[in-house]
Amino acid sequence: MLRLANPLVVIWAILLVLLSATIAASFVLSGPVGLVVSLSIAAIKSAMIYWRYMHLNEETPLNRIAALAAGLWLLILLGFLGVDYWTRALV
Amino acid sequence: MSDARPVTDPFTDPLQQHRAAMMGMYVFLGSEIMLFGGLFCVAAAVRLAHAPEIVHASRALHFGIGGLNTAILLTSSLFVALGVESANGGRAKITSRWLVGAAALGLAFLMMKAYEYRMEFTEGLLPIEGVHSRYADDVQHLFMNLYLIATGLHAVHLSIGILLLIALSFRLAFGSIKLPERAIVLVTAGLYWHLVDVIWVFLYPVFYLAR
Amino acid sequence: MTDVADPKLEEANVGRVGSTETVAQRVSYLRAGHSLKSWLLTTDHKRIGVLYTLSITFFFFIGAAAAALIRLDLLTPAGDLMTNEGYNRAFTVHGVVMVWFFLIPSIPNTFGNFLIPLMIGAKDLAFPKLNLLSWYIYMLAGLFTVFVLIAGGVDTGWTFYTPLSTMYANGNVILAASAVFIVGFSSILTGLNFIVTVHTLRCPGMTWGRLPLFVWSIYATSLILVLATPVLAITLVLISLERLFGLGIFNPAIGGDPLLFQHLFWFYSHPAVYIMVLPALGVVSELVAAGAHKPIFGYQFVAGSSIAIAALGFFVWGHHMFVSGQSLYASAAFSFLSIAVAIPSGVKVYNWTATLFKGHISLDPPFLFAMTFIGLFVFGGLTGLMLAMLAIDVHVHDTYFVIAHFHYIMVGGTISAFFGALHYWWPKIVGRMYSLAWGRVTAIFFFIGFNLTFFPQFLLGYLGMPRRYHVYPPEFQVLNVISTGGAAVLGVAYVMPLIYLIYSMCYGKPAPNDPWNATGLEWTTPSPPPKHNFEALPVVDRPPYDYEIEMRDEHV
Repeated sequence: MLRLANPLVVIWAILLVLLSATIAASFVLSGPVGLVVSLSIAAIKSAMIYWRYMHLNEETPLNRIAALAAGLWLLILLGFLGVDYWTRALV
Repeated sequence: MSDARPVTDPFTDPLQQHRAAMMGMYVFLGSEIMLFGGLFCVAAAVRLAHAPEIVHASRALHFGIGGLNTAILLTSSLFVALGVESANGGRAKITSRWLVGAAALGLAFLMMKAYEYRMEFTEGLLPIEGVHSRYADDVQHLFMNLYLIATGLHAVHLSIGILLLIALSFRLAFGSIKLPERAIVLVTAGLYWHLVDVIWVFLYPVFYLAR
Repeated sequence: MTDVADPKLEEANVGRVGSTETVAQRVSYLRAGHSLKSWLLTTDHKRIGVLYTLSITFFFFIGAAAAALIRLDLLTPAGDLMTNEGYNRAFTVHGVVMVWFFLIPSIPNTFGNFLIPLMIGAKDLAFPKLNLLSWYIYMLAGLFTVFVLIAGGVDTGWTFYTPLSTMYANGNVILAASAVFIVGFSSILTGLNFIVTVHTLRCPGMTWGRLPLFVWSIYATSLILVLATPVLAITLVLISLERLFGLGIFNPAIGGDPLLFQHLFWFYSHPAVYIMVLPALGVVSELVAAGAHKPIFGYQFVAGSSIAIAALGFFVWGHHMFVSGQSLYASAAFSFLSIAVAIPSGVKVYNWTATLFKGHISLDPPFLFAMTFIGLFVFGGLTGLMLAMLAIDVHVHDTYFVIAHFHYIMVGGTISAFFGALHYWWPKIVGRMYSLAWGRVTAIFFFIGFNLTFFPQFLLGYLGMPRRYHVYPPEFQVLNVISTGGAAVLGVAYVMPLIYLIYSMCYGKPAPNDPWNATGLEWTTPSPPPKHNFEALPVVDRPPYDYEIEMRDEHV
């Protein structure tokens, strides 16, 4: 049956499964582990949306970089904010 | 295989123009990621500084409604993706219907959100000026402010997306967009919609599922 | 279609005072449509570049008027020209207008718009209508800014620090923040346009390795525009909402952090200073190569250094926050990275110097401005390294030392390069030559006036005079008077080009395609270029800066 289903619908089904997973995980996990898991699931969902729904699978490597560079760049801000907040109390 | 796509100045080749249109949209969406990214960084900073209070405030949100909204938005993305697929296949009327469906789901999302805000208001959690609020602590007030801004900004973007989809479905219904030659218009509009979905995919766990 | 050689047309033009038109001008982009509508609804990148040039000149003089007020007030140790509040509003207007309405668009939106398609062999930018939209957004934001001025201004400084801006300031903070928010979108769309253009519209044979260095630098600038500006946008939204609704994100009383504002603000504003200087660095590469009639030494390194500056520039913002309460470990990391970001700039300066060796140098105005740039940029850059060191910054933070540093870069650097670009590409843009003698005089006035204005400020800062104060100890007066005197000379240098350049538009000698004997596709078109730039798209098969090198047969 999966062979006949539209891949876009299959992706949708997986996205809903991942949504259930993240809700379920929130009952069981907490703290940093919980955060890592929920953000990872969100990242996987986004990757699927980008890959299939946003056509990255059909695009040139250059366009893939164009699509994803900002997400990576955000990590710089997050990273150094983290460094400041985590180490402020140390000095 | 001849490429029936039109080429407009300053481009000289349809593939070149297609790649430029996609790149342009991806880069624009990148700027939107940085925009919301700032908000996510604020959320991260606040959580780093006050983790237990944030978890408590997050629990007070209605994760079920949020989860349902997430499912609604994911489904609307499916509709848009199917619409784009039929646009590439030249089927204007069907594309139009998928887009209307997606827009309707978007409206459903907004209505659920309004319902949710109302519930939070009656619970004394929504930060409305002049109205007495029932926060466990100041951090919960801060959290609710941030939640309101983030979901509000998302709702603004969603509304723009809904208007865009409705406008396009009208134009398709009246035959003003020639398919599949001008499918790129639907593709790029679809990209915008999917990004609004991706942003919510991150908003949901960050605000509703902090434990 | 007019016959170019038609003598009757030449005669018809000769009698009219001030309207003799060159043959090239008649068929150029300047004449493709005469109405106001053809200018205001144009999608021609060259016309949009001209529109921007007019707009930024207007805003420059508003910012300069604010500077004049500041320098006049600082002639005396007492705050006697303006009230404290008025002085705060003056330096805020100066900063806001100069940063967002002059410096950031100065080179990219004027020369970038005009030249990028010409330099890469394209007919226009990738999204011509978006380009026009960018200009309208800029003008809308400019209108907001004028409103702010009329409404009395804002007193927070261009940096809008919390909690002053969110809780205590008395001026039109939200209006000012809105103006800057709007102009940010102009920046983002411009950057987007340039990125897509450079990737997709290079003519056949124009590989990345053959691009003029100006294009590399505008490309690098565009990356910053797209990635950094949105963070500023959200930050301005947050302070506006905090001011309106008492959000609390930056308010420690309810668990917020005022430092968070500074992180968000400087995450944009440090890369923003690279937006202001990278295009200037690209211009200087062009001017040095053309002035020395020699290929740029180490082309790949100079191209790569633009990308390196753009990238590294995102990692250093905390050096604005060394004394703010930021963690010492973060400060140390930022200090190290700030020193590292000076390296690619140094690479450029060394490579320009090596380019001059055995070059055939002509001391024309563009070259003089390039030399001005290099000298002043090196001073500014070295003092930037000083500021990157924690031990020094603790003493000179928030003093005139910092002001002098950034004015050496932004005025000594960027404005030098802007003038250099103006004097270099003017013949291409309007199709006329101007008086080179007056151009040289301007460069000299600029250099002298600039140093008189800003060098004393290094001394003032080192001696302890704080920034944003108009009351100061009497022993600082001499240096302040020298600085104000210098500003007057600088003002003359700013006004002079307006006179001889505008004069040249009517009475200058018609410019040939390539008045400087330079390389680059823009010099293969008529001056001024026709609306569609090229009759047929060029095909490139030669390296960039393909000048004859004297040393070709020698082994050094």
